[in-house]
This record gives sequence, C-alpha cells and structure tokens, in this order.
Amino acid sequence: MGLSGLDIFKKLPKTNCKECGFPTCLAFAMKLAAGQTALDECPYVTDEVRAELAEASAPPIRGVTVGVGDEAFKVGEELVLFRHEKTFFNPAVLGVLVSDDMDDAKVDELLKQANECEHERVGVILKVGAIAVKAASGDAGKFKALVEKVKGATAKPLILMAEDVEVMKAGVEAAGDSRPLLYAATEANADAMGALAKEKELPLAVKAEDLDKLAELSEKLTGMGLKDLVLDPAPRKPGETFKDLVAIRRAALNQKFAAFGFPTITFPCEETDDELYETALAAMYICKYGGIVVLSHAEQWRMYPLLVLGLNIYTDPQRPMAVDSKFYEIGAPDENSPVLVTTNFSLTYFIVSGEIEGSKIPAWLGVVDVDGQSVLTAWAAGKFVPETIAKFINTSGIADKVKHRKLIIPGYVAQISGELEEELPDWEIVIGTREAADIPAFLRQFSTT
Amino acid sequence: MAFNLPTETAKGKVREVELGAGDKARKVGGENVLPFHLWEGEMPNRPIVAAEVSDEVGELVPALEKALGEVKNDPVAWAKKAVEEWGADAIFLLLTSTDPKATDAPAEQAAETVLKVEEAVNVPVIVYGTEDLDKDAEIARVVATKAEGKNLLIGPAKEENFKKVGAPAIGYKQTVAGMTPIDVNLAKQLNILLTNLGMEAEKLVIDPTTGALGYGLEYTYSVMERLKIAGLFQDDSMTQMPMLANIGTQAWKTKEAKSSEEEYPEWGDPEKRGIMWETITAVALLLAGADILVLRHPESIRLVKQLIADLSG
Repeated sequence: MGLSGLDIFKKLPKTNCKECGFPTCLAFAMKLAAGQTALDECPYVTDEVRAELAEASAPPIRGVTVGVGDEAFKVGEELVLFRHEKTFFNPAVLGVLVSDDMDDAKVDELLKQANECEHERVGVILKVGAIAVKAASGDAGKFKALVEKVKGATAKPLILMAEDVEVMKAGVEAAGDSRPLLYAATEANADAMGALAKEKELPLAVKAEDLDKLAELSEKLTGMGLKDLVLDPAPRKPGETFKDLVAIRRAALNQKFAAFGFPTITFPCEETDDELYETALAAMYICKYGGIVVLSHAEQWRMYPLLVLGLNIYTDPQRPMAVDSKFYEIGAPDENSPVLVTTNFSLTYFIVSGEIEGSKIPAWLGVVDVDGQSVLTAWAAGKFVPETIAKFINTSGIADKVKHRKLIIPGYVAQISGELEEELPDWEIVIGTREAADIPAFLRQFSTT
Repeated sequence: MAFNLPTETAKGKVREVELGAGDKARKVGGENVLPFHLWEGEMPNRPIVAAEVSDEVGELVPALEKALGEVKNDPVAWAKKAVEEWGADAIFLLLTSTDPKATDAPAEQAAETVLKVEEAVNVPVIVYGTEDLDKDAEIARVVATKAEGKNLLIGPAKEENFKKVGAPAIGYKQTVAGMTPIDVNLAKQLNILLTNLGMEAEKLVIDPTTGALGYGLEYTYSVMERLKIAGLFQDDSMTQMPMLANIGTQAWKTKEAKSSEEEYPEWGDPEKRGIMWETITAVALLLAGADILVLRHPESIRLVKQLIADLSG
C-alpha cells in the first residue's frame, strides 16, 4: 500500500536489463505499484531492498488464512473504516463452538447444524466458516479426541482453543495438516504458545484483557518472528468490545500501528446466555470490525440472517450485485401463468420476485442481463431496450413453456412497448406497474386469456 | 508499549430535536460523535425505539399475531401495551386505513385515532401515512390542525408533497420527517426545500428510506453513515438532522421474515427468524447512525434497547 511507482523505482538497480519482461526499470516499478507484477521477477534487487519494499507494500491489516483447500478462509486485508470509502474485502467468518465438556450428542448436533447451514444468494454460497474446538476439561486426551472427531465430521477450518500449551500440542497433532488457528497466546503462555505456532507455522490468536496488553503481546510475538496473528480484545462486555474493535481498526489504518495490523476474533457466545441477543451481538461485530465471530449454535434461523448481513455489508458499493439472467419460476407457474420481465440488478429481482410471491399468483419472471442495473438506470443507459429484451425472450425458451403470448414489462419503460412489439411480433406487450408494491393488485386483475 | 486510543473530534453535531410536548416530550439527536463513540464526544440523547402501531391490520405473520394478541385491532390498547409492557420510547402510528388503494378511510377519521393514541400514552407520537402523496398531504393537514401544539412527528414529506405536509406543520407546531429514496444529496435537498418553506431546521428529521436485510440494507447503511459523517466532520448543516429508520414494515415484508417453516424448512424456526430479520436490520442501522428506530415485534424492541444500553456503558 501507499508506495508510488517512483518510490519503488528509486530502489531498483536502474540497469534496464529487461529480464523482468518489461522494457525499463521504471515500467517495471509502475506495474509493481499497480500490483500487476511481483518483485521476484527482478533477479538483481538486493535482499535488503526486497525486505524494505515488502514491508512498505504490506497491507495495513494482514490477511490471515485458516484451514486448507476449498473450505479455507481468509480474514483481514481491510483498507477502510467505512464501506462506502471503498469496500470491505474478506467477509466476517461465522464459527460455532464445541467443547470437550459437552456430551457427544450435543457435539453431533452442533456439527450437524454447521454442516447443514449452506445457502445460495445472488450466486454466492453462504455457510458457516469455522468450528471452534475448546479444551474446557483441561485433559489433553479428551481434547485430542474431540479434535479428531470434529475433523472427521467436517472439512471446515478449525480454531483450537486451549491456553495450556501441552493440551494445545495434543490438539495440533490431531488437527494434522489442516492449518488450524491456535487460540490463544496470553500474557501467561506467550513464549511457549508463540514457539509452538512458529514451529508448526500456524496462525495464532492473541488474547489480552485490555488494549495496552494486547499491543504488548502482539509486538512480543511479531518479535519472535510470527506473522499470522489474530487479535482478541477480551473484555467480553459488548460496549467495550465495540470500542476496542473500533480502536484497533482505526489504529491499524489511520496510525499504521503495526501491533494492531491484524484481523480480529470476537465471542458473542461468551457475552450473553440469551440466544437472540447473542445473535444481535454477532450482527454488530459483522458490521463493526469483527473478523471471526464465534457463536454458541448454528441454527438456520440465526445463521441465515447473519450470513445475509455479511453479504450485504461486504458487497462492493461500486459494483452492484447481479442475479443470473434467465426465467425464474415464482411459485409453480404453468402454461397459463403470467410472464414478466425485469432487470438483473439483485435488489430489483428480490423486490419484484418478493411481491409476485406475496401475491400468491405463480408467474414466470424473466431477468434480462443489463450489468446489474435497475430498470430506469438500465433503460437510460441503453441496456434495457427492445432489442436486448427481444433477444432474451427469443433465446429463453419461454415460448415453449406458456401457451399465451402476453409479456408484462415494468411501467417505467412504458415508452418502449411499441418498439418492443415490433421486435417481438408474436407477443402482446402489456405495461405493468411502476412500483413493485403494486404488482400483487395488478396480477390479481390480470388475465393471460 | 502503551497504546494511545485514537480519537477524532467532530466539527459539527446533530441537531437536538424535541418530539412530543409537555410531559411527553423527548429529545433525539444532539450527538457530536459517530454512533456510540462515547470516548471522544457525547450522545446526550440515546437513540430511541418507537413501536409501530397500525390503525388497521390485515393478515398478520403468526409471530406478530402471537405477540400482539387482542390489541391488534385496537390501536390505543396496542400503543399502551407497547409503552407499558414492551418499553417503547415512542409510538409510530401507521395510518394504514387511509391507503387509497385499500380501505381509503377519511383523514378526519384517522385523525381521531391519532388524538386517542396521543392521549393514551406518555411518550411522543410519530404519525405516518401510506406514502400516497395526495392522501398523506391531506392527513398532514387534518392531523396537524386537530393536534395543534402536540408536536407530533408527521411524515413522510416527500419532494412532491413537501409544501402540503410542511405548511400545516409550521402553522400548528408539529415536527416533520422528510423522506427521500436512499440518497445523500436528495435528503439534503429536501431539508433545504423544507427550511426554505419556513420550517425550522430543529423541527426536521431525515427518513432516508429503509432497505431491509437482504433488500438493500447496505444502501441505507452507507447513506446513513455518509449523512452522519457529513454532519459531524464536514459540519454540513442540512445533514445535521436526526435520522429515522422505519424498520418494522420493511423487515416483516420480506419472505425471509414471514414465510412458514413448511415453505422454507432450510431457513429454520420462523418466529426467531422473523425477529432476527427485524433486529439485525435494526442493529446495522443503529450502528450506521439512526436516532429513531421503528420496530414491530416486542422481542426486537427488547433486544435493540438492550444493545443501546450496553453500548451506552
């Protein structure tokens, strides 16, 4: 971050040897600054400069990867305090906690909840991201057995929770090469826990009772050579946790305070026994700077809304979410059901499909690809126009699915109906409502025959 | 190494707006910090939770039916219950009956209900129409006149009817909520229009339009954050009104909140799911800067009030 092409150029050999694949060192430096090539392409840069540049170009909040394979997740690498300033990058990960003092049935139930929770929304798969496995008993054997059990039941990344290093070692052994997050280094165990994480090359969470101590511990561990840390400010009181998370994010971004340049972990499950309030707290941490959010349970009624919140908050404000362009079946439409078209802006789709569903009248909803814009915007941009709509209708196969030939278009584009009828001579173009909220009333009086 | 808590001091502050009159008055706004950043400034008035009460209900989602019970057809009893049992800080009376597309009850009749509800509770009352431009203007005129001096918060005033909603509010000492479609500049513009009309800026509340969780929440969230930041850090006078988030209606309209477990077994318990759909929308907008949160379900009211208390230290 922050280094210009010229800053980088000053540190290069300036020999224009071309071995990097670029004609000059300056061209190479510009590409580097834009993140389009890697410093390793230059064979002559000194180790000293390499380290310097790597540090200067490191993101202010480090990205930390936990787990391996398809289920691995990355948190961190955030660049802003407010999503409208750019975007939030790596969505908060929701985890569920199992403990070695729970009976088997409880553990099985929680793992089942976590595994079953998977939803698709606007083409994104939403799911529980991690299992936190806690050594509550203090018994290394029990902990190891639980880690083995969890690892056998799910491929989700693990967070191993033990403060006794000997117990942690047993868990690490059981976790094998699944790259778990070790939780946590504390003031009492930092030397040994840090050494273990370093030896196994594993990410390590740091837990301290206040921000001063957290900064001290973080510096101590980075001093030991650890790079992948996750911060847990642990007041376990919602108001204070909120304050700490804001402080950590601000210090990392605005003050470049290196000790806090890491993602965070929060435990709403340890802040209340009220399942609804726990869920509300998780929502707060998704919005305000929680990297990993650990819950006591993973029932669908709480996970689905929390996952949708993460999707909403982490959506790139500059890139509207789009749904797939195709005909959607709302309810169970048949050959006599109404046919409507709209655009593929996700919000437009959700609102229109929601209103149709609410009307209880099954219908075919055609979604035209207009680069994720709303009806009026897409029309003004020349994207939601007769030619595009006709092409969509003709290639969609809808003509084989319905007997009638009536096509309902949004009221806001009433002016295109004549031209659209010319493009689609077999179809009668019907002007629908301007507002989605009026769709149910419209459909109730609409007939395809 | 000791950590120095990074603090930021704002140049501006949100206007303090009084809702209700006499013993029932309650102030909102007045903060000179981002939501709950109490270590670097003040929130003299905590955000308030208003319970939505409707003067006409159709078919209710079972979760709401259960929570409301007998009072669903009696807005006065409903409002009293919301204040006395659920702890609502204000009543948001939605005049559903006046919708010209449905019952189309006369404004005079709706105004009677407003007066009865206002009389029955000891908290401020917010009165909203159904977003029909003409009917809402008529309601504003009749309600503002009949409730002279009660300082109701009347809305929504929109760009197309702000004169007709604003003028009676000025004449009969009411406060107005101006509603614009999720846009910082439009919200500002409507405040300029309303103040040019003669409304005091201290009698205005911004309703930036609420998108529920999964239905545009992120747009409302960012517009609220931007309005709050503009008011505090750019000292932009026309964004310094307290903000209202009208959450209940929007959240409970989504299929995720209202569908049964038979329809969507993969979404889990419908009652808790509905409550969380509303509460999570509210939590996000509370953190984005809402000063008034309008909610339907008593559990949502409880949870949001608890969070406000916890964040207030």
